[in-house]
Amino acid sequence: MNASDIPVIDVDVLVIGGGTAGPMAAVTAKEQDPNLKVMLLEKANVKRSGAISMGMDGLNNAIVPGHSTPEQYVKEITIANDGIVHQPALMAYAQRSFPMIEKLDSWGVHFQKDETGDYDMKKVHHLGTYVLPMPEGHNVKKILYRRLRRHRVQIENRYQATRLLKDGDGRIAGMIGVNTRTAEPIIIRAKAVIMATGAAGRIGLPTSGYLFGTYENPSNNGDGHAMAYHVGADLANLECFQINPLLKDYNGPACAYVTGPLGGFTANAQGERFIECDYWSGQMMLEFFKELEGGNGPVFLKLDHLAEETIQEIETVLHTNERPSRGRFHDGRETDYRQHMVEMHISEVGFCSGHSASGVWVDETGATTVPGLYGAGDMASVAHSYMLGAFVYGQICGESAAAFAKARSGMPTLDEAFIAAELERIQAPLKVTDGIPPAQMEYKVRRLVNDYLQPPKVTRKMEIGLQRILAVREDLPRLQATDPHELLRAMEVQSIIDCAEMAARASLYRTESRWGLYHYRVDCPEQNDAEWFCHTRLYKDENGNMAHGKRPVAPYLVELGEEKDAYQKLRVQKAANA
Amino acid sequence: MPTATQRTSVPVIVDEDKCIADKGCTVCIDVCPLDVLWINPATGKAHMRYDECWYCMPCEADCPTDAVKVEIPYLLR
Repeated sequence: MNASDIPVIDVDVLVIGGGTAGPMAAVTAKEQDPNLKVMLLEKANVKRSGAISMGMDGLNNAIVPGHSTPEQYVKEITIANDGIVHQPALMAYAQRSFPMIEKLDSWGVHFQKDETGDYDMKKVHHLGTYVLPMPEGHNVKKILYRRLRRHRVQIENRYQATRLLKDGDGRIAGMIGVNTRTAEPIIIRAKAVIMATGAAGRIGLPTSGYLFGTYENPSNNGDGHAMAYHVGADLANLECFQINPLLKDYNGPACAYVTGPLGGFTANAQGERFIECDYWSGQMMLEFFKELEGGNGPVFLKLDHLAEETIQEIETVLHTNERPSRGRFHDGRETDYRQHMVEMHISEVGFCSGHSASGVWVDETGATTVPGLYGAGDMASVAHSYMLGAFVYGQICGESAAAFAKARSGMPTLDEAFIAAELERIQAPLKVTDGIPPAQMEYKVRRLVNDYLQPPKVTRKMEIGLQRILAVREDLPRLQATDPHELLRAMEVQSIIDCAEMAARASLYRTESRWGLYHYRVDCPEQNDAEWFCHTRLYKDENGNMAHGKRPVAPYLVELGEEKDAYQKLRVQKAANA
Repeated sequence: MPTATQRTSVPVIVDEDKCIADKGCTVCIDVCPLDVLWINPATGKAHMRYDECWYCMPCEADCPTDAVKVEIPYLLR
């Protein structure tokens, strides 16, 4: 098939990814100007796609007046990230957090309120109060879908974006992709593009060995990170991996954020608390890892001391929301919160700014380093965004992209040669016979990520891991897809290989330890602020090679003061007379 | 390189007596984030064609006839 045989679809604003940030971005662009042609493209189906396909049980980063201020939040998230954050982006989030809660409330998303009608805020973080439960949060996707229909956003389901397009001036020009059920290619020309493609959650292998038993929705496999890299955008701090505390084998969140305010906590095998605070940070994960591997391990979620009515409340929330098959998992092992602590473990590694801090670099307007390309949600670099951050940056990107599209005169020119080459790349696995199935190649590269890149990181091991990952890349000409669905997986495994290589190279570049377990290098164990108090950049240079650089940390809007080391003191201290 | 096929037990179970896919329903097939549910050409009913499940449950929750049951994948159980 030639590029000229494929009709080009023209839009003003294209949103790639219809999970959390994407629908908000598309609706916002339409709110800015109903005459804009806005398309939302989704690899699955917008009704049930992304990280919150079954809803969400709470806001983990709500800045609600009377309970906290944007300044307090920016300070705490800066401390939790060992100082390496873009504070203007955090502040833009923090200031819009409460208006976004009110907007979602007016759309019918239910948040927990106390008897006076005030939002029922809970303290989970080390310093401030930012958690707002949503026990009835299972309907979020339905509410978003209604808004998309009301604003007449054009929705294209079951299309996988494979590459972004640029014009001759280096500005974004659209994308090329493929239908996941028919293998038909699609070319979209756009004046502005918003990426909301989620985490890179399928680069490590869960300890269960089940390829799709990941912490993240496995459709979030890093396509966006790979596309951003190939179009020339900067990625930031990729060595700051996501590693989360989870229910062992089930691999869903243990939900200390839900159980903590009700009296549950993370315990060691003796049933003792060993961390001061269950909020996810690299420092907390390092203490978790030490306990897991130490003589008091493994680690458990402890609820068996709680009253019956409290346990029923916890079961109602956790077994109907976000990951509702959790109850079924416990039933299968006859685990009862009343009688047993629940075994926990750590997740496979990934890139996810929702819980960690790495991703495609964006500033406080959601802009990447490619003009006209924006990023929101788990794939963009704003630290600890969670669901509310995805909504806020979806909104910010919707505004920015609408303005960019309106200011741009005429549709961009497309690079025919690039499109022809990309069509060939897409169709190649369908033409291979007696080749390597995508699942086998995927298992191999993800097993290498576990063996060689999972912290504690060791330089020589990572170098070997990188060589082994590159050897898998050499096998790509033999990658075979026997049907359109396998082609989807074949395109995904190429993104996974890109992300694995980026994870290795980024981890080798930063020769210090930072962010607790996330970038714990055994042979460079100290934090070295003199050399590494900076963001790291990873980008494709003019020769097509993976290159690195440093980006200074922007001047702080909020000083850290005497609490600056608070997250270095997460282990429970034994009293001197104990 | 020659290939072989390997059997696997899949976690999504469809009750064919309740499933109305043969009457045009595609709800579970539409909502699956991993696109693993397809029509079985032999029966006209929905079935799990690819063992790539996140046990996330939209297929079960949204099925109009309660025909779909999501179990935990065997490796995780």
